[in-house]
Amino acid sequence: MRHPAAIAALRARIAAIEGSAAPRHALPFGLPALDDHLPGGGLAGAALHEVAGSAALCDDAAATIFLAGILARLEGAVFWCLRWRDLFAPALDLAGLSPDRVIHVEAGSDTNVLLAMEECLRHAGLAGVVGEVAKLSTTASKRLQLAAERSGVPAFVFRRASALERQAEGTAAATRWRVLAAPSAPLGIPGLGRPRWEIRLERVRGAEPKSWIMEACDAQGRLALPAALADRPAAAQERRRAG
Amino acid sequence: MIAATDAAADAAGIRAGMTVTKARSLVPGLVVTDADSEGDLAALRRLALWCGRYSPFVAIDPPQGLWIDISGCAPLFGSERALLRDLHRRIARAGHALQIAVADTPGCAHAVARHVPAGRPVTIAPGKSAGAMALLPIASLRLDFPVVDGLRKLGFVSVEQLLQAPRGPLARRFGRMLHLRLDQALGHAPEPLEPVVAAHVPRARRDLLEPVVTREALAQVIGDLVDDLAGQLAQQARGARRLDCHFRRVDARVQAIRIGTAAPNRDPAHLVRLLGARIGEIEPGLGIEAMTLVASLTEPLRTRQQDLAPGAARNVDLGALVDALANRFGQKSLYRAAPRPGGMPERSVGATGALAAPGMARWDEDLPRPARLIDPPQPIQVTAMLPDHPPAMFVWRRRRYRVLQADGPERLHGEWWREGGEEARRPWSVRDYFQVEVEGGGRYWLFRQGDGEHAATGSMAWYLHGAFA
Repeated sequence: MRHPAAIAALRARIAAIEGSAAPRHALPFGLPALDDHLPGGGLAGAALHEVAGSAALCDDAAATIFLAGILARLEGAVFWCLRWRDLFAPALDLAGLSPDRVIHVEAGSDTNVLLAMEECLRHAGLAGVVGEVAKLSTTASKRLQLAAERSGVPAFVFRRASALERQAEGTAAATRWRVLAAPSAPLGIPGLGRPRWEIRLERVRGAEPKSWIMEACDAQGRLALPAALADRPAAAQERRRAG
Repeated sequence: MIAATDAAADAAGIRAGMTVTKARSLVPGLVVTDADSEGDLAALRRLALWCGRYSPFVAIDPPQGLWIDISGCAPLFGSERALLRDLHRRIARAGHALQIAVADTPGCAHAVARHVPAGRPVTIAPGKSAGAMALLPIASLRLDFPVVDGLRKLGFVSVEQLLQAPRGPLARRFGRMLHLRLDQALGHAPEPLEPVVAAHVPRARRDLLEPVVTREALAQVIGDLVDDLAGQLAQQARGARRLDCHFRRVDARVQAIRIGTAAPNRDPAHLVRLLGARIGEIEPGLGIEAMTLVASLTEPLRTRQQDLAPGAARNVDLGALVDALANRFGQKSLYRAAPRPGGMPERSVGATGALAAPGMARWDEDLPRPARLIDPPQPIQVTAMLPDHPPAMFVWRRRRYRVLQADGPERLHGEWWREGGEEARRPWSVRDYFQVEVEGGGRYWLFRQGDGEHAATGSMAWYLHGAFA
């Protein structure tokens, strides 16, 4: 009883009801492992995305560069709304996000950050809008999601210092990510190899949560699969399918 | 006759109104300069125009006072205190003696500034005007000398006594002025002030036949004013960087709003939108009877041909957005990071205007820099195998981090040319930076002060300066 055409038509109707019927551009990571899992083949372009690190500063730093990597591969200006001034621009530059493209907005409080984000999202043509907040309420996420849909600008809420065990409130965001530092591969000689992250896709509209171990952004903001792990997930899936 | 005195003359007991002969008898070597009241007034006007940087509303109060309406202006400077400090510092540096007072009403501020010689800005908290006025002498009420003298003969010394006395008999004897001044100081009566506006700046004015109250009506008038002003600006080939809009109420009170733009602009739609966002701050009371729009700061702006390239629209949009944000959060909180020549990381990043042209300078491409900087660096306890080895373990905020791998050191030298701060006291300071990976994969940026040989380079203490991705 499975008619692909009928199912596709149903999907289109659901999309029309949800208000996401217009063909949306997706922002691919350029990694099949991630892109194939995300509906649309990448991050939804006109939507809100939530990103968090953890209570540890190193994880927040990882989440920062994760965001910088996504934005580095887009074109246009980026508005980065902050509560306090601890973002270090040279690191963004190292991830491929040139400081000439980033306009910092020091808003001072959560409320003001959200206000500033909404103001930015009224303007089409931006690469993206980032807002750093301590907490994001469901209502605020709905407002931002609507604003992002209208202007077609991707919005990123970065929940700062969000503890791992704390359950975040329900959200209207298309995806919710958590980026944590992971042990890097030893080089065999004294020194540091390419950093690795554990990237958890905690929530996504239209797909299952999943997590990956990835190598951190390079100078063009691209993630990579660790060489040793590159084949394993696929092989594991093969086995599961066989079993 | 002595017209005015400086601080030294005050201390010697010389007062305005004395004869020169009497003053000379008090201080034999007195320096007397001819009074130039017109020159003084012109200088006061110049100072008032300069004070336009703090508020859209500055009025002069001859012979030696200025009224600045700072309501709503504090956020642009961070806080009211910062604004006052800046004002005090700049005027004092220009060589003027001054006393600043802030109060709910011009009358009260006038009285406090002249009768509380604190030497630093005095702020009367909102709603405390009556209490402050009660303590001041009667002379603080801006009354003619015969009135003050007459009151004194009746035994009135402070304003408090005046507040308690019945009004009728006093008003019959001394005239209406006495209680008008008192009411103005307490905020019961309006105080009409005329803002100082520089000659030759583009301005537009509308006197309204019927006083208007509603937001829509105000927005309509603002639209007309902006159209007028945009025409004038276009003729002069200039664009506005700052617009002041004054609203005169039927009770003669003038309120003002100010907007700024990141780049010179004369697009009516954009300016109307910026002004319109601030209409809510105006209290129309019984109605607004006249409005004036002044482009208090303008810059040359050439007419540009409409660009057909798709990128052009994007740039225009950005200006509008930057202005909208800057008018809400302050010009200073909107910036782009730019490389700055500086030895230490915390000073290698400067802020440039959000729409400034990109500079040529670049940060070093191959030096690792943390995504999150801890400023100021936090002291940590470190265990290292050998003095020159990277740390094996460190303790930060009472948590223990075991270091698995490390990169470093990267040696940075302090800027000996700096004039202030830590590095000025220790111009030879040296930091050795290590990039470490702790258990779990987190990466941190640590440094040790000093090169281990010369005490002048630092104390060999360890600090945490940031976290990497």
